[in-house]
This record gives sequence, C-alpha cells and structure tokens, in this order.
Amino acid sequence: MDKAPILSIQNLRRDFKMGEETVHALRGVSFDIYKGEFVTIMGASGSGKSTMLNILGCMDRPTAGHYILDGEHTEKLKRDALARIRSQKIGFVFQSYNLLSRTTAIENVELPLLYNSRISSAERHRRAVKALEMVGLESRMNHLPNQLSGGQQQRVAIARALVNDPVIILADEATGNLDTRTSYEIMMIFQELNRQGKTIAFVTHEPDIATFSGRTITLRDGLVKKDVINENIQDAKAAFEALPPPEEFEE
Amino acid sequence: MSPITLIKISLRALLRNRMRTFLSVLGIVIGVAAVITMVAMGEGSKKSIKEQMTAMGTNAIIIMPNRDRRGGVQTESTESLEEADVIAIRENATYINGVSPMMTVSGQAIVGNNNSPTTLSGVSSDYLKIRNYEIEDGVMFDDDADRMAKVCVIGQTVIKNLFPEGNPIGKVIRYKSIPLKVIGTLKTKGSGDFGQDQDDVIFTPYQTVMKRFSATTNIRQIYANSIGEGYAEKATEEIMGILKERRSWTKPTDPFRVFTQEEMIQMVTSTSDLLSLVLTAIAGISLFVGGIGIMNIMYVSVTERTKEIGLRMAIGARGRDILLQFLFESVIISLLGGAIGIALGIAASEIVKNFMNWPMSVSITSVIVSFGVCFATGVFFGWYPARKASRLDPIEALRFE
Ligand SMILES: Nc1ncnc2c1ncn2[C@@H]1O[C@H](COP(=O)(O)OP(=O)(O)OP(=O)(O)O)[C@@H](O)[C@H]1O
Ligand SMILES: [Mg+2]
Repeated sequence: MDKAPILSIQNLRRDFKMGEETVHALRGVSFDIYKGEFVTIMGASGSGKSTMLNILGCMDRPTAGHYILDGEHTEKLKRDALARIRSQKIGFVFQSYNLLSRTTAIENVELPLLYNSRISSAERHRRAVKALEMVGLESRMNHLPNQLSGGQQQRVAIARALVNDPVIILADEATGNLDTRTSYEIMMIFQELNRQGKTIAFVTHEPDIATFSGRTITLRDGLVKKDVINENIQDAKAAFEALPPPEEFEE
Repeated sequence: MSPITLIKISLRALLRNRMRTFLSVLGIVIGVAAVITMVAMGEGSKKSIKEQMTAMGTNAIIIMPNRDRRGGVQTESTESLEEADVIAIRENATYINGVSPMMTVSGQAIVGNNNSPTTLSGVSSDYLKIRNYEIEDGVMFDDDADRMAKVCVIGQTVIKNLFPEGNPIGKVIRYKSIPLKVIGTLKTKGSGDFGQDQDDVIFTPYQTVMKRFSATTNIRQIYANSIGEGYAEKATEEIMGILKERRSWTKPTDPFRVFTQEEMIQMVTSTSDLLSLVLTAIAGISLFVGGIGIMNIMYVSVTERTKEIGLRMAIGARGRDILLQFLFESVIISLLGGAIGIALGIAASEIVKNFMNWPMSVSITSVIVSFGVCFATGVFFGWYPARKASRLDPIEALRFE
C-alpha cells in the first residue's frame, strides 16, 4: 500500500437545515482510504452512509471538515470544478442502476466520457467496449436497459463507473435491489476489479457482503463507530458456488 | 461535448416524443408558412408591377401639370403644357433623345360591323421609342409630313377586334365618325398580370387629335426618354429648367410634375412595402406564440427528465453541458418547425400560383429571415427551461421520481 492515502477525510460534518431544526447527518467523521483498498461502509439506516458517500463522490459539500481526494482539497471547490472531479476521478454505482432508458448498454457506458472533450469518439468506443468486457457483458453491447436483467443492468452501471478510469469507485448499496445469487455475482466483479488494483468504497446493509472486503467502517449517528481490517476475506466466487442451486419449479 | 453529440442527443429526445414534438412546433410551422406565402404574394405582385412598368419603357419620363391642393379641393393649375413646350424640349434638352405629347380620346373604333372600345392616343413618332413599341408592318407616321393627317398605327388587339381576317394596312377605321387610314401595325407587347392590355392601342399624330377630336391645344402629358439609365434626374432637372424658362417662372413651387420610371416604381412598391411591414408584424406575433409553445414543452421535458439530468451531472456533466443540451433541443425543435413551415409555405405559394393565377414569388430573404427568426426563437424561449435544468442539484435530481 502507498504511504499517502488516495482519499482522506478529516472531521467531516454535514448538517441539513429543516426549517427550525438542524439534522446532523455527519458529526465529525475521519478516515483515510489507501490505493488498492476495498472498504465496505456499514451502519443502520439513517446513520449517514449515503450522506458521506455523496460527499466522497463530490456531489455534495461538507458543512465542515476536510476532504482530500488524490491530493486535491475539494471542500472549497465550485460546482464546475466538482463536476470535473466527478468526471475524471470518480466512478459512482447506484442502488437503482440509473441507466438512461432507450439508450443501448454501450452508449450508457460511453456517457461519462462525453463530458471529457479530450477523448475522441473512437477512444470512447474502445474504452466502453473494454469496460463492458470487464463486467462480462460485451455480448450485450447493443441491448437496451429494459432488455437486460437487474444484475446485468447493474453490471452495465459498473462498466460506466469504470470507463473513465477513476481513482476510486463508490457504490451505494449496489446490491440492494438484487437477490443473493446476483449480489454475489456482482461482488465477484468488485473483487476482481480490486484485485486489478481498483480502490473501492462500498456501502451495504448486509454483513455477508462486508466479508468480501478487506476493511469495514461502521457508522452510527453520523460518527465512525468501528473501523476494522478484515483478516478473513471471503472469496465471492467460492461463496457463489456454495449457494444452493436456484430453485427448480415443478410443473 | 461536441455539437454532433448534442444534436444526436436532442434528435433522439425529440424523436422519442414525435407527436408531442409535432404539436409543439405547430405554432411555428403555421406562422412561418403563412409568412412565406404572404410575402410571396406581395413580392409576386410587386415584381409583376415592376415588370409591367419596365415594359412601358425604362427611361420614360412623364411631365404633367401640377395640381394645386387647396382646402382639400383639387384645382386645375393655370399652367398647361402646349406644343411649344414639346418643341423646346426636343430642341434644347441634351439628356433627352425622344419626346412626345400624349393626348387621349375615349371612344369606339369601328370598321363595318366590328368595333373596338380602344382609347385613341395622339402622340409623336418618338412615342414608339419611349414606350418600347416596334412597328411590325407598314410605317409610323412622320411628324412633319403627317401633321394633322387622318392616319393611324394600331396594336394587335385592335387588329383582332376590327380586322379578324387580317391585313389591315391601307384600310380605314372610323373613330367618332372620323376616318383614319391604317398605315402601320405594332408588334405585340403582351400584357402584365395587372393593368391594361398594351396591344389595345391606336396611335395618331397629336396634331390630328388637337385639330379634329378635342379642339384644344392643351397637352395633358408629355412623355420623354432620357438618354440612358442614371440620367433620369439630370433629364428631369433639365426639362424643368426649360419649361420654367419659357414661362419666366419665379415662384418657389414647380409648375409641373415630372415622374421618372424609377419614381413610379417606388410609388407602387411602397404600398407593397407597407404590406410587408404588416406581414412582418404578424410573423412576429405568430412566432412569439409558437415560441411560448416551445418554452412550455421544454419545461415539461426538463421536469420529465430530472432524473436523467441528475445522472448526467453525477457522472461529470457541468451545468453548462446540461444548458447546452436543452438549448440545442429547443433550437432544433424550432428550426424543424421553421423548415416544415418553409416547405409548407412554398407549397402553398405554388398552389396559389397555379390554381388562382396570382403572381407568386417566394423570396429567398423571407426564407432566410424565417430560419434566422426560428433560431432566435429557439434560443430565447429555450433559455429559461435550459437554465432551470442546468441549476438542478444532482442528488435531489437523482432522487426525483
Ligand atoms: N437532503 C436531506 N435533507 C434533510 N435531511 C437529510 C437529507 N439527506 C439526509 N438527511 C438526513 O440525514 C441522515 C442520514 O441520512 P442518510 O441518507 O445518509 O442515511 P443512510 O445511512 O444512507 O441510510 P439508509 O441506509 O437508509 O440509506 C438521516 O437522518 C436523513 O434524514
Ligand atoms: Mg443510504
């Protein structure tokens, strides 16, 4: 692991003003993530996971505290500068896939590169094909989202998060809408990406998903409750194969 | 984002909602089509009038007495034109190469059982040159030899009316019971879409009219021909100078009015210009209404696609990228409406031209201006919806259902 963290947050706070009241979603969160780490973030509903991930993804700004991504201070950046960071340094995977409807898989994957004028359309296509190959969907390149299963749609979304070669992939309950078998398949992809050197921060509710990662940070009421290294990382592929076969329905 | 990508995205979004897109541009389509058609109508009549006036003689200058207007009543000016004026102009004017009085007599020309309700024009031989007439058969009368002679030169319509069997040279027509011998015929000049038949003419020496028909030496109009294009003004000044000198004129107002061909064209076309102005106003209003339709549909589109906007922003689109995307969309809609409107307008013009025999002339300017105005409409009315889209918060937009 590198000495300097790829991502560093210090005493991160986020308040939401709701009329008279103020909701303290984050009350001072600090941690570092190093290059090549696969971190899962857990915590009860409302503990602030999504709020934190949105800040890490530069879609939101902290009320207080510091956030340094790839050596760049982001707290003071303007809208356009944040958009540039999202475009060049971040890959985001959502719970509900968020693919553009009536747009083919490959076009969905190419989308982030459209906002980087330095990439030619040929290069865009080449990279999108490569990203789809990494998630095993090169054969579904020209399918529309509604012609794909939930798991396949999420794989397209992962390819889209990969295509700009981000410094970190952020996933907010990326397996939340999927059954166990499909979730494990998705985790196989994340583990493979991590093996290839990708840094990943993955929010999840499910403890078994957390066992596939090398480190788990647990939030409670907007604070880090636990931050533990996982000594016994499970292999998603093995776990997938150990699952009982899909139920067969009798005629 | 490259313009081509933007156009692709916009076209896809528009094609997705074909019917809605069509309905939203209907206002613009109708507005543009109406403008193209009406301008074609105005331009057509303008052109036709111009053609006709040019056929009359490009260098023609007309001199007539100035009528005083006092208290709204038109009174005949005391100054009148006479033969001596014609002679003075012919002898002294240097910018003139032809001059002819014009004295008209209304009545019927009769040959046997045939008659023709043709105005008799008393002119001099220069008149042919001034008005671009040419002799077909026979000769034009000579100003000296045929002074007061009972002769005439007739146009093709008159030949058709009076001499159905043809060959009129040497025959005699009766005008107000005075016999006039036909010594020449005119080549056909045709007629414009408006105004009278230019072949329905009978020319006779002006002295013949003075002596035998109207018993007056007053000349109503003098026609002259300037030596070329661009000399009209000089010729006019010169003529006025000659006429004033003959009368030792000292009053500040001119005794006569002099029209050049150019002025007459301007007079006629200024009416068309006013029409054009009114049409432009109508166009402006209809495009404004059409623009509001586009603004409305763009607001709907932005709201509908809030989630898409959120996603695009989340993966790196700047506000500017979103703004451009929606601006392109509204511009493409309005240009599409403009293009359909132009096509419809041209089609309508063709229909009016072919089935109603109205002279139509689709003006390139109106097509270009329509297109330009549609572009401006798209930018203007697309701006606010696009800006609204560009200012959305990505997280909130993504949460939108
Ligand atoms: N835009 C907002 N306005 C007001 N309050 C908010 C907003 N977003 C989050 N909150 C509040 O902040 C707290 C943390 O919310 P957050 O969405 O981060 O929780 P979470 O850990 O992601 O929960 P879950 O597991 O249910 O997704 C909650 O109390 C929530 O109500
Ligand atoms: Mg959440």
